Amino acid sequence: MRSRNVASAAIAGLVAVALAACGSNTQTGDTGNANAPTTPLQTTSGGAGGDVGVFTWWAAGSEKAGLDALVKLFNEKYPNDKFVNLAVAGGAGSNAKAKLASDLQNNQPPDSFQGHAGAELLDYIDKGQIEPVNDVIKALGGESVFPKDLLDRLTVEGNIYSVPSNIHRANVVWANAAVLKKAGINEVPKDLKAWMADMDKVKASGVSTPLSVSGTWTQVQLLENVLIADLGVDGYSGLFDGKTKWDSDQVKQAVGDYKKLLSYANTASDGDDWPVATDMVIDGKAAYNVMGDWAVAEFNDKGKKQGQDWTWFPTPGTDGVFDFLADSFTLPKGAKNPGGTKDWLMLIGSAEGQKAFNLAKGSIPARTDVPASDFPAYQQDAMKAFKDNKIVSSIAHGAAVSLAWNADISTAVSKFYASKDENQLVSDLAAAAKKNLG
Amino acid sequence: MRKSRDGLVGFLFVLPSIILVGIFVYWFIFKNVSTSFDRVTTRATKRVLHDGGVSNYSQLLGSPDYQHALFNLLVLTVVFVAGTMLFGLLWAILLEKGVTAEGVFRSIYLLPMAISFIAAGIVWRWLLAPGKGDQASGLNQLLAMLGLERFQSGWWQSPNSFSMAAMAIPAIWQLSGYVMALFLAGFRGISEDQREAARIDGASEWKIYRHVLFPQLSPIALSALIIIGHMSMKMFDLIYAIAGQNSYKASVPSTMMWTQLFQQGDPTAAAVNATILLVLVALIVIPYLMYTNKTEKGMRG
Repeated sequence: MRSRNVASAAIAGLVAVALAACGSNTQTGDTGNANAPTTPLQTTSGGAGGDVGVFTWWAAGSEKAGLDALVKLFNEKYPNDKFVNLAVAGGAGSNAKAKLASDLQNNQPPDSFQGHAGAELLDYIDKGQIEPVNDVIKALGGESVFPKDLLDRLTVEGNIYSVPSNIHRANVVWANAAVLKKAGINEVPKDLKAWMADMDKVKASGVSTPLSVSGTWTQVQLLENVLIADLGVDGYSGLFDGKTKWDSDQVKQAVGDYKKLLSYANTASDGDDWPVATDMVIDGKAAYNVMGDWAVAEFNDKGKKQGQDWTWFPTPGTDGVFDFLADSFTLPKGAKNPGGTKDWLMLIGSAEGQKAFNLAKGSIPARTDVPASDFPAYQQDAMKAFKDNKIVSSIAHGAAVSLAWNADISTAVSKFYASKDENQLVSDLAAAAKKNLG
Repeated sequence: MRKSRDGLVGFLFVLPSIILVGIFVYWFIFKNVSTSFDRVTTRATKRVLHDGGVSNYSQLLGSPDYQHALFNLLVLTVVFVAGTMLFGLLWAILLEKGVTAEGVFRSIYLLPMAISFIAAGIVWRWLLAPGKGDQASGLNQLLAMLGLERFQSGWWQSPNSFSMAAMAIPAIWQLSGYVMALFLAGFRGISEDQREAARIDGASEWKIYRHVLFPQLSPIALSALIIIGHMSMKMFDLIYAIAGQNSYKASVPSTMMWTQLFQQGDPTAAAVNATILLVLVALIVIPYLMYTNKTEKGMRG
């Protein structure tokens, strides 16, 4: 008898709790990102005051050095503001993005967060989680200081949602000079075929793995390089608006080339991070590594000299193309200190801020009015290429595809790495495109 | 009169936890299940991602990737449970026989449990590196040093469809000590008199274990089985630390849930996945709870 009373009371309690929770139904806000009027930017000299929480995945290495340089400058220019570092560690920001997604979901946005410029920001824009920053871009100088190509890629329905801080190039081969010399290779290969012929020479000279790869996203980046080489600029860019079919013969050809390239590579673990592969080139266990140009920092850290110890060239078949990715900073909807955010964005976008940051991080400025002469040799070349080359967007780093699409491509590439089944990869890629493009 | 007041006081004492459990467990389970039946269309292009209702379940269960993940989970669970039970029992028997410095061995076996799955996973990522021959590192390198090169393997990345069994190695390493502790406690709970009696009756050592000790350990074995089994089904951190985020070979429902929620931005698919996982765990745990409830009632008389 007694136990039944308790049980019914417990059920009554549960029902009451459930009802209370029902009552506090939260309203899902509408996105309302119609063309925002571009109001002139209001700033206070010395900064708006208060805490400015900035969320990044720059927690180690050259990235942290870059952020530190920016923070130093920020404190000098905006003494009223207090910079709060909300960095979350983890390569390519994958852990950070998960943390950020839950913070945004819970309406606890940081004052500004780092995001790869381009398609990856679409997820946030579509959910109404970030605000346009047209006024900041305009105050910085707009098209007179940023390349029009770049601004076009950042513009969604007439609005710009982020301030780019730096540009990286993803179609670069890093090579060990001594290994190439020993194999008798003196020329930069013109296309993928010539490159693979060189790899045969490297193999014959005693290095069993001419090419080094690492975890899943580095494999996606390698595939993306092969796609650019085999499809050309227009064909490759068409993959993301439906003009090029993912199951076309050119893509099949590229997948075939990708498979051949993997046969020259080491056996990597899906979870490995990129330095594992770059270190193989540094240590002479491999001749080539396809990696973004943040690899320069890894060579510098190990005390290796450009020209003498290592060389670079655009991935064969992609000469004259700049496969870009950019980091950028946003103004989240509901940020606690939007004035402070704008101070931060103005600093990120200023010529002074871009110079300090990119010198430390090893990337190149998104602005074209920062003098190249202050930068080391590699960056000077990259800055020139960024001005002259045709620009395409990187898949692996969120410039070309949304996070969701990127995840589908990554799973397909990981599956291929185990099975080496070309038809399966092509059909998985086509299915991913259908799912995400519609 | 008195009795009902006692009941009220008792109820007031348990009320806070009823409320908390009600909200944070049962209400969230309810939310999760209701989310899993949502109909979802994309905001911009108005494409239907999920039809809503039961078809959300057939959509996920019908996808080859999810079936692959479920199969991986089955392989992992079978090997993990069998491995921990085997090693746990073996170590317990060895220690129970009365080795010198038993405390030292007990600590050594139990210590891996004190390490977080993430930290252990980082190390095991390297130990289970798939490179062979002159690329070998970790376990493959060890095998080469022992002259056992033919046993080198791609571990969880090998093309074999049962490759997920290799992922159980670090899990077994980590939790065998726990099972050992359970069994050891069980052995210590059996009075020495029973063995004496069996010995006087002329039973061999094996017969003592088989007919006297093991039958009395079966409730402990069952608890260990349930605990390890449901841990295996929920396992996420170890696999994530070893294989990264988008690994196909190492995908199980719980790692897929992470991808669905945080990368694909698809809470509905993640909720469907979570509900299926909950049902799978419930299929193991609920019969066990019913059984223990029954035996406890039986003991009370």
